[in-house]
Amino acid sequence: MINLLINDQKVSVQAGTTVLAAAKKLKINIPTLCNHDDLCVAGNCRVCIVEQKGARTLIASCATPASEGMDIHTNTLKVRNARKHIVELLLSEHRADCTKCYKNQNCELQSLANEFAFGDHIFLDLVEDHKYNIDRSSPSFIKDDSKCIRCQRCVRTCSELQYISAIAVSNKGAQMKISSFNNRPMSHVVCTNCGQCVNRCPTGALVEKTYIDQVWDAIYDPDKHVVVQTAPAVRVALGEDLGYDPGERVTGKMVNALRQLGFSSVLDTDFTADLTIMEEGTELLVRLKKALVDGDKKVSLPMFTSCSPGWIKFIEHKYPEFLPNLSTCKSPQQMFGVLAKTYYAKKRNIDPSKIVSVSIMPCTAKKFEADRPEMRASGFKDVDFVLTTRELAVMIKQAGLDFRNLEEAKYDSIMGDSTGAGVIFGATGGVMEAALRTAYEIVTGREVPFGNLNITPVRGMDGVKEATVKIEGCVDAWKFLEGAELKVAIAHGLVNANKIMKLVREGKAPYHFIEIMACPGGCIGGGGQPIPTNMQIRKNRMKAIYAEDEHMVLRKSHENPEVIAIYKEFLEKPNSHKSHELLHTHYIERDNY
Amino acid sequence: MENKGLNKVDLIFEKIEPKEVLIKAFKMSSAEIIQNILDSGLKGRGGAGFPTGLKWKYTAAEKSSEKYIVCNADEGEPGTFKDREILERVSDKVHGGMAIAGKAIGAKMGIVYLRGEYRYMLLKLMIELDSFHKMIKEIGYDFNIEYRMGSGAYICGEESALFESIEGKRGEPRNKPPYPTVSGVFDKPTSINNVETLVTAMMIIQHGAKNFTQYGTKDSRGSKVFSVSGDTPTPGIFELELGMSVQQFVNVFGDGDTKAVQVGGASGFCVPRKKFAETIIGFEGVPTGGSMMLFNSSRSMYNVLHNYLDFFTEESCGQCTPCRVGCQQLLKGVEKVKKGEAKPTYLNELMKLADSMKIAAKCGLGQSVGNAFKSIVGNFREEIIY
Repeated sequence: MINLLINDQKVSVQAGTTVLAAAKKLKINIPTLCNHDDLCVAGNCRVCIVEQKGARTLIASCATPASEGMDIHTNTLKVRNARKHIVELLLSEHRADCTKCYKNQNCELQSLANEFAFGDHIFLDLVEDHKYNIDRSSPSFIKDDSKCIRCQRCVRTCSELQYISAIAVSNKGAQMKISSFNNRPMSHVVCTNCGQCVNRCPTGALVEKTYIDQVWDAIYDPDKHVVVQTAPAVRVALGEDLGYDPGERVTGKMVNALRQLGFSSVLDTDFTADLTIMEEGTELLVRLKKALVDGDKKVSLPMFTSCSPGWIKFIEHKYPEFLPNLSTCKSPQQMFGVLAKTYYAKKRNIDPSKIVSVSIMPCTAKKFEADRPEMRASGFKDVDFVLTTRELAVMIKQAGLDFRNLEEAKYDSIMGDSTGAGVIFGATGGVMEAALRTAYEIVTGREVPFGNLNITPVRGMDGVKEATVKIEGCVDAWKFLEGAELKVAIAHGLVNANKIMKLVREGKAPYHFIEIMACPGGCIGGGGQPIPTNMQIRKNRMKAIYAEDEHMVLRKSHENPEVIAIYKEFLEKPNSHKSHELLHTHYIERDNY
Repeated sequence: MENKGLNKVDLIFEKIEPKEVLIKAFKMSSAEIIQNILDSGLKGRGGAGFPTGLKWKYTAAEKSSEKYIVCNADEGEPGTFKDREILERVSDKVHGGMAIAGKAIGAKMGIVYLRGEYRYMLLKLMIELDSFHKMIKEIGYDFNIEYRMGSGAYICGEESALFESIEGKRGEPRNKPPYPTVSGVFDKPTSINNVETLVTAMMIIQHGAKNFTQYGTKDSRGSKVFSVSGDTPTPGIFELELGMSVQQFVNVFGDGDTKAVQVGGASGFCVPRKKFAETIIGFEGVPTGGSMMLFNSSRSMYNVLHNYLDFFTEESCGQCTPCRVGCQQLLKGVEKVKKGEAKPTYLNELMKLADSMKIAAKCGLGQSVGNAFKSIVGNFREEIIY
């Protein structure tokens, strides 16, 4: 243990602990900006400077390990003056149009300014001296360099968590900036649109592209029938933007709120999550049968999930030779979109051209996905507008709803029924667990051999998870799988996806089925979720997802009555011709630069 | 204060037989070499002045099978051109100093990081290096030197940014600790020394620590090579004993009308005429990596300052706030004051900012911008305003 003094208080910490963390232990707050719990130390904003007795300069507490006998003071005149200067300097290069800014009141620079730099500006405005670029090319997010304070959180996020490095530091000195490869527009570089950078940007330099106004316009258009779907992970995070603690479930209130906002029909992406399990589970079993019984050497195994549009773009750029291994299933959002303008339209007797399909997603990549040319199987754009969890919170505030006191409501029908299996899609490992619950039962006629259906080995926050399920007592149709060991793996965060993909490329991956989600923690940690994010917040949301599952009466996708009905009335059976037409697709190879 | 007067010395360029020194060093133990350097009181000649013996001692104490000697030949400080001369004339001594340092700390690898603008001498250096390698192999050294080219960024002369650059990354200073002696290039214990430091170390082994300590003062032992430029009839490279006053220097190198001397380049201090006599050139007074720029009364100190600030605004790596934004503010601030668009008293705010930059910037670059700013504005305020 290392003993040091901070503001004359003794504290003992383990070797390697930073001065910042040691201060936290004493409940001494040191302001930070470039520091983020999920990322490596940068030490470049210098906001967290403190005075160390005997040192020539101030030290950055986030980047300096505590050492024996240190005598630290966090609030001396020297520190205060320097810190005020630093915040003033940051403000002088930041286009502070706060009242018009999307991040107003959720901006870390603004909070620092409130504490350290109120009143007159000390320094000259530098924004006018630079030619700043506002990049609106991505369908998912806007990159506004005039608000960037060069903390490099986005750069670290993109390289450390996502293994993409779509953005990096370029130029030096006054011209130093965060830019894309060759300064190309963000729509034309290797970017997965995952939005993890947006989640970690302390200012308004990176924000999602909002479609709130377009959705309001649709709602108020008397000619339109506006259906809305809500992704599983939204219900466990939306509350955070409306004054709740992380991990509080607000499903019923959210449904009521959506109805009050004026959506014609409030439906659930969980329904198509269940449908995805039917289609994807069947696809996996068919591939296994082809490989094991028919001896077909061309079958692409392991099979990868295809729910996460960030992951899809990752494999398109980085591992295109494995595109055939992707499940051909569209994501639940897109399955929902296409069915809304076909099945739903037919059943409700509505002209599909009059339907506006909106989805509420924990995700920014979904905005890109909805725009993909592949996603027009209904004859229309299957999903018209994608809003993030954050945007929904904005709409609820705009409408003046007293969210906390709203009655709990239930989803509409049709396409509003779901099971616990659909809900857990929102957490890493959830698709795998849902698939296993159904596939195992199809093959053996029995429930998965895990207590209360909880397949714990696939749960949790480990970056890469593996599990083996021994298949015994198969029903006649699946006798060829008797005794087989189904090996599965799960990765979340693209840096972990890359680890698995490297094994696959080297032929060292013994798996049959791999679930990959682009974002850390899965959709609960998605790029469209409330800001801030950190491991504890994601864990709380994850807990809430599994609690939601436990509270469902039905917890296996194949038991969803509306899923059973849609196969009877419309799709015939999983992987039918009609299913393939509407619910399946293929992706394309993209350049890796 | 100790004053040794202005004395020319011939140590760095002295004709010696490098092989003999290397044989002598080869017979010494690591501890003996380090003790010699410690006894000599040699401080780094790049400008920062860290005791070389201590640096070697710390690096030698690290337990690692892989250690590095890095020679910092990224001579980028405005007004410094002595390392170029040393490399052109006595590269054997540079390489020799590295081999001796390698022996002292237990490194088998040496890397010379050569300033991008010095690429023209690379071919000659490689040829000289080949015969050097042959020679030390004969003696029994297990040591190899490689050259890495810089690309023109001033910041890459900062030791940790230099490591990043060698590793193929963007040249940005690292957080310290860990210091290079613990984790330097490729995260291995590294002793990084200036070109001149390595040559001086070799000469200390040649002549002994005692011979070296007769030169200079208590705080600034020995002699060093000065790069003299500006308003002087005799610009060029001069090896002088440390411990002279600026006045004594100006008496020899000035043109009779010297108004100020910028000691230590853009990151150094400006000494005005009225302080020539009381200012000693050395670590007890104004330290320098060698750059001595003389300005006579025809020069506008505003232009001098503007030039330096322009330089720093461009050459800051841009990662830390005090340096990236602070440099821009200082530059724009003096421009506004000069134009009358800001009050003269705004300079007071800028002086305070310079103070903050000195203590809050991440690396030596940002920390030393305030030196030139404060000494020029402090001594020539009227020239900045009017």
